[in-house]
Amino acid sequence: MPEPEPYPEPRAVDPQPAMDAITPGDGGAMTLATGDARSLGEGPLPGGPGSAKSRSLWSDAWHDLRRNPVFLISALVIVFLVLIAIRPGLIASGNPLQCDLAKAQEGSQPGHPFGFDTQGCDVYTRTVHGARASIAVGICATAGATLLGSVLGGLAGFFGGWWDALLSRIADIFFGIPIILGGLVFLSVVTSGSVWPVVGFIVLLGWPQISRIARGSVVTAKQNDYVQAARALGAGNRRMLLRHIAPNAVAPVIVVATIALGTYIALEATLSFVGVGLKPPTVSWGIDISNASVQIRNAPHMLLWPAGALSITVLAFIMLGDAVRDALDPKLR
Amino acid sequence: MGRYVIRRLLQMIPVFIGSTFLIFFMVYALGDPVAALFGDKAPDPATAARIRKDLYLDEPLWKQYLHYMGQILTGDFGTAFNGQKVTELMASAFPVTLRLTIVALLFEIVVGIVLGVLSGLRRGRSLDTSVLLITLIVVSIPTFVSGYVLQFLIGVKWGVVTPAVSPYAPFGELILPGVVLALTSLAYVTRLTRTTIAENSRADYIRTAVAKGLPRHRLVTRHLLRNSLIPVVTFIGTDVGALMGGAIVTERIFNIHGVGYQLYQGILRQNSPTVVGFVTILVIVFLLANLLVDLLYAVLDPRIRYA
Amino acid sequence: MRGAVRARWAACVLSGALAATAAGCGSGGHDEPGLVRASWSDPQNQLEPANTNEVQGGKVLYMIFRGLKRYDPRTGAAENMLAEKIDTTDQQNFTITLKDGWTFSNGEKITSRSFVDAWNYAALADNKQKNASFFEYLDGYDKVHPDSGEPTARTLSGLAVKDDRTFTARLRTKFSTWPDTLGYTAYSPLPRAFFDDHAAWLKKPVGNGPYGIDSYHRGSAMRLRRWDGYPGEDKARNDGVELRVYTDNNTAYTDLQAGNLDLVDDIPSAQLKNVRKDLGDRYINQPAGIIQTLAFPMYDERWSASGMEKVRRGLSMAINRDQITDQIYRKTRTPATDWTSPALGDQGGYKGGLCGGACRYDVAGAKSLIEEGGGLPGGRVTLTSNVDTGSHRVWMDAVCNSINNALGKDRACTVNPIGTFADFRNQQTEQRLTGPFRSGWQMDYPLIQNFLQPLYYTDASSNYGKFSDPQFDKLVDEANAESSQDKANAKFQEAERILAQQMPAIPLWYQNGSAGYSSRISDVTLNPFSVPVYEQIKIG
Repeated sequence: MPEPEPYPEPRAVDPQPAMDAITPGDGGAMTLATGDARSLGEGPLPGGPGSAKSRSLWSDAWHDLRRNPVFLISALVIVFLVLIAIRPGLIASGNPLQCDLAKAQEGSQPGHPFGFDTQGCDVYTRTVHGARASIAVGICATAGATLLGSVLGGLAGFFGGWWDALLSRIADIFFGIPIILGGLVFLSVVTSGSVWPVVGFIVLLGWPQISRIARGSVVTAKQNDYVQAARALGAGNRRMLLRHIAPNAVAPVIVVATIALGTYIALEATLSFVGVGLKPPTVSWGIDISNASVQIRNAPHMLLWPAGALSITVLAFIMLGDAVRDALDPKLR
Repeated sequence: MGRYVIRRLLQMIPVFIGSTFLIFFMVYALGDPVAALFGDKAPDPATAARIRKDLYLDEPLWKQYLHYMGQILTGDFGTAFNGQKVTELMASAFPVTLRLTIVALLFEIVVGIVLGVLSGLRRGRSLDTSVLLITLIVVSIPTFVSGYVLQFLIGVKWGVVTPAVSPYAPFGELILPGVVLALTSLAYVTRLTRTTIAENSRADYIRTAVAKGLPRHRLVTRHLLRNSLIPVVTFIGTDVGALMGGAIVTERIFNIHGVGYQLYQGILRQNSPTVVGFVTILVIVFLLANLLVDLLYAVLDPRIRYA
Repeated sequence: MRGAVRARWAACVLSGALAATAAGCGSGGHDEPGLVRASWSDPQNQLEPANTNEVQGGKVLYMIFRGLKRYDPRTGAAENMLAEKIDTTDQQNFTITLKDGWTFSNGEKITSRSFVDAWNYAALADNKQKNASFFEYLDGYDKVHPDSGEPTARTLSGLAVKDDRTFTARLRTKFSTWPDTLGYTAYSPLPRAFFDDHAAWLKKPVGNGPYGIDSYHRGSAMRLRRWDGYPGEDKARNDGVELRVYTDNNTAYTDLQAGNLDLVDDIPSAQLKNVRKDLGDRYINQPAGIIQTLAFPMYDERWSASGMEKVRRGLSMAINRDQITDQIYRKTRTPATDWTSPALGDQGGYKGGLCGGACRYDVAGAKSLIEEGGGLPGGRVTLTSNVDTGSHRVWMDAVCNSINNALGKDRACTVNPIGTFADFRNQQTEQRLTGPFRSGWQMDYPLIQNFLQPLYYTDASSNYGKFSDPQFDKLVDEANAESSQDKANAKFQEAERILAQQMPAIPLWYQNGSAGYSSRISDVTLNPFSVPVYEQIKIG
């Protein structure tokens, strides 16, 4: 057997912590999993055919979330954002591609509350219509990078050894690729200007960071007494990872992912700036922010609105992430 | 422990080969760089062919790569198009960027962890909320905006510092650019610290420590912080390389002739010796930073051991 | 000097770093007062005269070299510099006589050898000089610079040294205005040191201009000092020039505002709106020999089919040049009305308005012409340009919006930005572009020939769209054979009328040179190549 990397020596699992682990009020996941089976009936989340214990963890979280105002507000904002991303016409009837250069950089005026940009396009209409591409890039890229990163990083941290060495070194190589070089190589062949190549590219370069964070958290979580206890009690790898380690290692990943959502939307701006990101007629906050940022001294309103929309989106996701994390954390009960 | 470090160092060899080839291939995939050297004019075929021959661009990819690696083993990293040796470029760029990175890292570590601890201990209070708002502003304003605005305000309007960094780039001139560079990472460090601090402050050992009557500062620094730092340290480890290679925008704004700037020039001019040389060094920096982070895990959490 | 600067900095860092109030440590009081501090960026190639084809290297060469002719910084007219006279009877064989008394700044006397050796070096394919093609007019160029294979001769057979002050040049064809091209820096004389110790010369080039290079730190700065023994009349009026490399023109502009720099010769487009407010009358905006056009891929049947010239003209009429140059460029571009540049002046052959109605914004006319011609190929048009330099993205969007508004369609025109210039150039040469693409041209010498022949003559070197028109070619040949410049200009202008009919490239705008300077210096001007005339700048 190859020597494991950051890996506890087997003797670290002595019976004593295992005893502690099942005392009530300590190693949360287990206590919780066995404790709250009665909420099973009202759990609206489809628990699937899994064990009743797992269902109660998630349904319990849901139970908490429904009563958490932070969650409700942020969820509402996200629903609203997704809604206008799908149907921007609902609140902005104008055409974002209809621009009149004569009005370049003019401030707000009746019918055009946010003013005009350098090309004389209506900033309000463009901000509303830009939600679609930007939110698609933000959510999809974050989801992709987080999923890929946490699975690979989690496995690397859990199993250690060669598996860890291989995954971590691959991540190192990906870290080394400069974003602009990668963008020019992977995206310059794409001429469509649709969001998917951009999403794919961000996932490709974004996963190593999340995987590092996930690996770090798993390495720590693995040391916890209740995990050692579960192992001593003969729990399988799969069960340990999903039931015991994942809920306790997820917090840093959620934090990084929610901020990354914002940086990915902004990254799209950098790619557009280099000429390989989204292209007109696609409208996005990124394109508008990158156009506006050079005009900051003369027309700050051009930056304010798309950047403000980006802020609100990020805020909603950070708060949602916080709420979900809290709900999943049994120690807060 | 020693064997572990040696094994990690040995792993650098395949990573080195893998990353050089990958980057070499990527620059190659960008296409022929020679035509662009002639500006508005079409290149004349004879001169262009000779330049290609000089740069080994007329050979197939694998031969180009082997030739390049052969050169590297003799310490020759090739030349940039303006005739400057890449080793010379690296010797001038890396120290500057290293200083910039140190400033940025110090800033994000000190300010980020302090803000994170404070807001983690005062969850939901006004301080926590204001830190959250600052985070949002930092995340949604692109570096080039914060860079230009701070440069204009502090450098021109108030005249506190020079807006452009001189070629020798001493630490004093790098404070402002370092802060601008660190802003985005600051958001991550603060939020990560806050979350883990908040999480761990409810852990049993903290309750025990409180019950034992430990003084508060000792509680926070010795028990709480130490146990909360692993995700933060991990992030900072991934950030070292990103700060060094990704400072393209900051270096441009503040006139810093560092790694990001040279790398960007190399990419735009498709000069593979420059790009591969710089990225190779950056990958080595990543590897060392990650090794250091993994060793730090064991320091922060003694339960983690290395065989 | 530098040691002192560093020591000073160390002190500042120690005292000020923590308080972050490095006031006083910031601005450079350590500069020599007689030096002009000017912005620069890294030259792309080594600083050899025949290897420098862009403005940044050109700046230095203009300071340290003088050739047979020199273009008047104000009018652009070619005037004798080192040449006493250049005679010809048949527009093909020229006899060049040098003035007496010129030396290089290292004391070496300038003879006809200095020129002939330099030109032979530049033309020889083995030396890989990027401006080698400038010597293609000379007899024997195909021997020293064959398109493929090894050269069969080491020197140009068209050049012959008569004595120390006389040499002759034989051209391959008649080219009446050839002497006027000789002000270009590629034709500079070179000292023996260039050939004897090439590496040392490259480290610190030696020439014969009003300045000599004092120190050169590649990638960061170059200091040039007035050469007191300079024999010409255009002696430097300042002690010297320090060229400082900036990573970004916006940073240079900020440094100018902060008082750390005296001269910025490229005002960033984002600052154009406030530059008057910032600098007052210390802002220069004047015509330079640069034009931007949109060339059509005439190699593509869909654009070159007969009848399509109407569509091409219609597109040109759909572009509101006045509005774009006003709103986007704040009048640092002038709407183009022909295919050359006003920087040529009357003498160089510029005549505005040759494009006629085809370059005037006319929505109704544009619509009906495009319809008459059969409409846009596939109902749409895609503009292509590199976007890594020159903020091309902004005007591309504006031009597309203008076309879309004129045609009353949303997506008739789209842009195709390309990340690197090299990629753009390769797609051009490989004829992969299927719509109009940016074609910028900066003149090498102020002659109308330079704007037309390389770009629109059949199979000419920079004719990327592969436009070909026998009548146009014939007029160019005739113009080159004319004995007087006025007659030649008339022929070239006649050739331009064919371009107006055929519209192989849409003239967009003439690009100006722009610069800003500090109150510490005066008498700042730009020459027609948009390069500052450093030797005329006075301190105070």
